[in-house]
Amino acid sequence: MIGKPQNSEPHVLIMNDSVIRCEGAWTIPYLTMLNEVLTKIQWPAGGGLVWDVVNIRAMDTGGAVVLHRTLTQLRHEGRQISVEGLRPEFEELLQVVSSNWSQVSGLKASQESYRQRLERWGTRQAQQAVTTLEFLGECAVTVIESLKRPSLIRRQALIHSLEEDGFRALPITGLLAFLLGFVIAYQGAEQLRQFGANIFVVDLVGISLLREISPLIVAILIAGRSGSAYAAQIGAMKVTEELDAVRTLGLSPMQLLVVPRVCALMIAVPLLTVYADVLGVMGGSVIAASQLNVSVTEFISRFEEAVAIRHFFIGIGKAPFFAIIIALVGCYQGFQIRGSVDDVGRRTTMSVVQSIFLVIVFDAFCSIVLSWWDI
Amino acid sequence: MTMPPVMAASPIIEVSHVYTRFGTAVVHDDVSLTIEQGEVFAIAGGNGSGKSTLMREIIGLHVPASGTIHLMGIDSRRLGQMGVQDIHRRFGVMFQQGALFSSLTLEDNVAVPLKEHTNLDPTLIREIVALKIASVGLPMESATKFPSELSGGMRRRAALARAIVMDPELLFLDEPTAGLDPIIAAGFDELVLQLKAVLKLTVVMVTHDLDSLWRIADRVAVLGEGKILGIGTMQELAQSQNPLVHEYFYGPRGRAARKQYQE
Repeated sequence: MIGKPQNSEPHVLIMNDSVIRCEGAWTIPYLTMLNEVLTKIQWPAGGGLVWDVVNIRAMDTGGAVVLHRTLTQLRHEGRQISVEGLRPEFEELLQVVSSNWSQVSGLKASQESYRQRLERWGTRQAQQAVTTLEFLGECAVTVIESLKRPSLIRRQALIHSLEEDGFRALPITGLLAFLLGFVIAYQGAEQLRQFGANIFVVDLVGISLLREISPLIVAILIAGRSGSAYAAQIGAMKVTEELDAVRTLGLSPMQLLVVPRVCALMIAVPLLTVYADVLGVMGGSVIAASQLNVSVTEFISRFEEAVAIRHFFIGIGKAPFFAIIIALVGCYQGFQIRGSVDDVGRRTTMSVVQSIFLVIVFDAFCSIVLSWWDI
Repeated sequence: MTMPPVMAASPIIEVSHVYTRFGTAVVHDDVSLTIEQGEVFAIAGGNGSGKSTLMREIIGLHVPASGTIHLMGIDSRRLGQMGVQDIHRRFGVMFQQGALFSSLTLEDNVAVPLKEHTNLDPTLIREIVALKIASVGLPMESATKFPSELSGGMRRRAALARAIVMDPELLFLDEPTAGLDPIIAAGFDELVLQLKAVLKLTVVMVTHDLDSLWRIADRVAVLGEGKILGIGTMQELAQSQNPLVHEYFYGPRGRAARKQYQE
């Protein structure tokens, strides 16, 4: 160990009416102890004080701060203070402290008034609204352009996104849909058996899955899987100035990043929904056969009668809209990331929460409208 | 801590026979050096010569394939273990990108070591932090800002303030002046010298800023081809016969920096 003096507890001793003796190490590890000593001390009444500091063995900035503060305080009380025997290196340190001391008081927590805070919140919300509109506008223009000239769509990015967000999501979507069908049938089985209405398990599973559960579970999965990834990818590109590079190369980030992702999800989510329908119904039929004595053949023939094709179309009809919501929210949050690592995490979370929220709101809206129309 | 050097003879850092490789690329091939207390030691060399890696090895962030490194008498490999945190108070590191915590304000960033390693009361912490912020030349208004709101030079200074807040004996600087404008870079050199004088620091810096090397380095090790190509004062290295070292100091930029120094 280097320069670690033994027995270095700091002391402040009152020798007589005018002499104060300081000892030990005035360094950060001992400062709490030193502070305690200093707060308890009763300075000799009146008059000047001589500080004998020749026995201070070690001092760092913290120690110098404490010494300086104590001395300033005493001088403030109108005493004459002289310091004797300070080593030149400590003298230098004390010099640095006292020359910067005026600035130290500048660091006091700035208290914002409620009004200021409210104002800041208000402006931020307004700005947010404007940027959201800007984003949606730019998106709409770019998408319309791309639809007019489909060659503008980046095929490479589209295919990559299809693979990453569609194909790779197959196993997890399938498993979840199967389990959901399984669970719905299982929960229904108990009730249906009481009424001897075993065969209606087909209606239960078929209609609920095709119309609501499958599209929703796919949307929620994709929001968690891809929406968050979009936000993080675009955010990271923003932090590393890649987006700026894209712009200066004369390319449009919208065209390059947003359009392929929106298109890919619009294709992938409906397809995944159909896939989830199939596996969900399979899950239901397993329970129907094992718990309710409804054989697979019976299940299928009942399915044809009971589940109108419109339920299927309503389900997959909603899917592209879910896809648009998820892709746009993910990309939007990505573009909103500003500079810091913290922001990436926050915005990623927000993208998932917001897209699931909007998907469910949209779904509820659809339910209401469809019930008005009696379908 | 500014204390009289009790055992001034023992080197503060000892690197012996270090061998490092990433995959098949050999970065260090038998590198040995010692750094004495109180000196400003610079590790120089071209891009990819393993300067930063050597520094990371010294502070225990990377383990060399073989060889030993002692930092203040403790084996670097043990730095990450429990029970040796004590040593972390005794050295400060300033990373190349600042590595400030982005969720904390500048003030809180600088206060982290004090809050974590000491039980000082908040007022005193505040005073020490303010003092350090002032002494690296940052305005007090910046104290409440977050790192993303600071300019590159300010972030570098804030990182330096955090590195020295515990008054370490040893300060590591990774490319302290890279990417700074010449005025701020020169100011940074002055700042390091001033801190060294006041806090009696030993400074280890990785740099290829030739102006910095001439101005503040007491001794320089030039890394290249996995070896130490030359070690000594800048004057000594300028006389080196090694072609790579020669090129380093006598390239167009090297000549200019040297000339300026001699003037």
